[in-house]
Amino acid sequence: MNKKNPASTYDIISINEDDERHTLSIIVDDEPGVLARVIGLFAARGFNIDSLTVSETESKQQLSRITLVTSGSPSVIEKIKVQVDRLVSVHKVSDLTADYGQYGALERELALIKVKGTGNKRLEALRLAEAFDAQTVDASLDSFIFQITGRTREIDRFINLMASVGLTEVSRTGVAALKRGADNT
Amino acid sequence: MGKKITGAEMVIQTLHDQGVDSVFGYPGGAVLPIYDAIFQQEDVKHILVRHEQGASHAAEGYARSTGKVGVLIVTSGPGATNAVTGLTDALLDSIPIVCISGQVPTHLIGTDAFQEADTVGITRACTKHNWLVKDIKDLPRIMHEAFYIARSGRPGPVLVDIPKDIQFAEGDYEDLSKTTHKTYTPPNTIDNKAVARVVDLMERAKRPIIYSGGGIINSGPKASKLLQKFVHKTNMPITSTLMGLGAYPGSGDNWLGMLGMHGTYEANMAMHDCDLMLCIGARFDDRITGKIDEFSPNSKKVHIDIDATSINKNVEVDISIIADCGKFLNEALKIMDKRSNKFQSFNEWWKQIELWKKVNCLSYKPNSDVIMPQYAIQRLYELTKNKDTYITTEVGQHQMWAAQFYKFDKPNRWLTSGGLGTMGYGFPAANGVQVAKPDALVIDIAGDASILMNIQELSTAVQYQLNTKIFILNNSYMGMVRQWQQLLHGNRISESYSDSLPDFVKLAEAYGATGIRVKKPADLDDAIARMIDTPGPVIFDCVVANLENCFPMIPSGKAHNDMLLGENVSDEEVANAIDDDGKIMV
Ligand SMILES: Cc1ncc(C[n+]2csc(CCOP(=O)(O)OP(=O)(O)O)c2C)c(N)n1
Ligand SMILES: [Mg+2]
Repeated sequence: MNKKNPASTYDIISINEDDERHTLSIIVDDEPGVLARVIGLFAARGFNIDSLTVSETESKQQLSRITLVTSGSPSVIEKIKVQVDRLVSVHKVSDLTADYGQYGALERELALIKVKGTGNKRLEALRLAEAFDAQTVDASLDSFIFQITGRTREIDRFINLMASVGLTEVSRTGVAALKRGADNT
Repeated sequence: MGKKITGAEMVIQTLHDQGVDSVFGYPGGAVLPIYDAIFQQEDVKHILVRHEQGASHAAEGYARSTGKVGVLIVTSGPGATNAVTGLTDALLDSIPIVCISGQVPTHLIGTDAFQEADTVGITRACTKHNWLVKDIKDLPRIMHEAFYIARSGRPGPVLVDIPKDIQFAEGDYEDLSKTTHKTYTPPNTIDNKAVARVVDLMERAKRPIIYSGGGIINSGPKASKLLQKFVHKTNMPITSTLMGLGAYPGSGDNWLGMLGMHGTYEANMAMHDCDLMLCIGARFDDRITGKIDEFSPNSKKVHIDIDATSINKNVEVDISIIADCGKFLNEALKIMDKRSNKFQSFNEWWKQIELWKKVNCLSYKPNSDVIMPQYAIQRLYELTKNKDTYITTEVGQHQMWAAQFYKFDKPNRWLTSGGLGTMGYGFPAANGVQVAKPDALVIDIAGDASILMNIQELSTAVQYQLNTKIFILNNSYMGMVRQWQQLLHGNRISESYSDSLPDFVKLAEAYGATGIRVKKPADLDDAIARMIDTPGPVIFDCVVANLENCFPMIPSGKAHNDMLLGENVSDEEVANAIDDDGKIMV
């Protein structure tokens, strides 16, 4: 099949580019149904959502910030950005990953992690928590809840380690992100 | 596991395993593999409609008349969007249908490909549940889940969107028709103590009323039998919503007629004055309650519904039971048998009801020159009541007259668009019934405006030699709209005159059907007999009085005991019937 000039659209097959994770910061009007519009677009177009946070912004202009982590090939990411930007309620989309990179943007996430266990496992869990700078926010004779804040990858690592010392439940906030420096995101 | 089959073949195999004998559909690019599979088998009959809306209503008609799940197949994009009205109609009237839609191949989803629409997005609001199948492995499970969800609990429409590449893909099929669903588990038990408390209330009641609805029909014919037993045993008066007609016989002794906006005086007055209301399988819709804060002010209210979201939605009730209506009736009868007859005599109550009946609220001025629409329905009833008759309707005055004057003695015989009020529903629905019941007499009671909304389905009826009859009460107006304009807008008849109507007899003939026109009351009976005897589809153009209004009527925003009655109402009363608060209501 000729990829460049297919006989019909049915013959187009997706080109295998490697998927990338991108963090998008989307400023939207704070109005009823706006979140549904953004999420609906992802569902309709077959885009992925890895993590999502929504909240009001600092300003009094009735705006909300949706911070969304998505993954896809570079061309898909590009499509996502223009599609989201086209939504009437969306003011601005910035791709923190593409525009500012790891050092230009700050990304943080918070997770609560429950581990159950006694004896050595319990001690090991405490030691690991200390190493990762996680706080112990709840404790019983056979369980802990740790709170960890950090970059997504760091939290992933912590959770993976906890799996072997009695991890039972995880709750994550999703990513919060801002551009570094004085300029707005 | 056996040999691998394609997704398209799985679709047909599922229909077979679910006991579906007929489907309604329209082909297109994105469902060609399914149509190819249809071509190569004889188990499932495909009825080619002429518009996907027709397929959706035909599937509803098939479902409503048989109690089975109705199925339609549509192509992607415009095929799916055309089906949206029927899906919404089925959602509001709780009709189980499965819509199978084609979709562009998975890798093109999201690219605005030719005939791509976000079908799952569009239909999310008008289905009970919907699925986009992205992997052939999921197809057998999703197909069977679709049937399970459509018919279980409160029935409703579902949609399965199948990309074309999935229809071509091969995989293993397993008959999962006996399996249920991992998260969707509608109630199948009943709170016996609550039922006993209802029977307690019944024992103390002096002025009870049963207000039944479509839930009884959906529960199956057995629930209707139980309802009749229940009424017989208690001697309570019974009324029903538009959707519940036929569950208790329209010719039965305890029948008060339909309630609500165009319900009978006796039904609405009894609802208003009762001291105990048993709402079984109805939902306190605004057409029923009228002004909500004056709705049946002095009664204890009991609500039985399979859907918990219906409870306390519009009206706060004293006892609620979330269960199948048939199960409730069965349980209540058992308790009553054990306790053996401690009901009050309802003599005083019945005496009062008899007084209300004397008002004769359905009376109209007879006319020997012009056919009165009410008279036409009465004659149609008399001449068809001893046959195996199914009645569907369009929406408007004719629909209400049919509900008032045609007496239904059995469930599943009356098919109308209650919740959505969809003009264009009746004729395709009638075709759906006729496909399911080839030997029955199926009549769509229509209006001159409504029938034009899906008239193309006459071609379907001719192709399959369906005997469907279209009985048009032709008043040359969108009568119901005109009536509201008279009530609300100083009789300014804005755009509701049916100008340039086709010659319905010639129209029938153009399609290869038969047309009959009647203008004089004296000719009506013979003409109806001729319609019944004529094989194949018939358009019966019954030319009726132009400006007749449909009464009784509770004007919007008014209470049950504030009805406009027909015969003696003056034009001034009609013009002032609705106050400013009522005007904003629909
Ligand atoms: C699809 C649709 N469009 C508009 C309406 C609003 N509507 C309700 S009744 C009616 C008039 C129906 O006229 P006709 O079919 O002639 O019936 P009649 O009231 O004259 O018996 C209209 C326009 C509707 N119910 N459905
Ligand atoms: Mg009309």
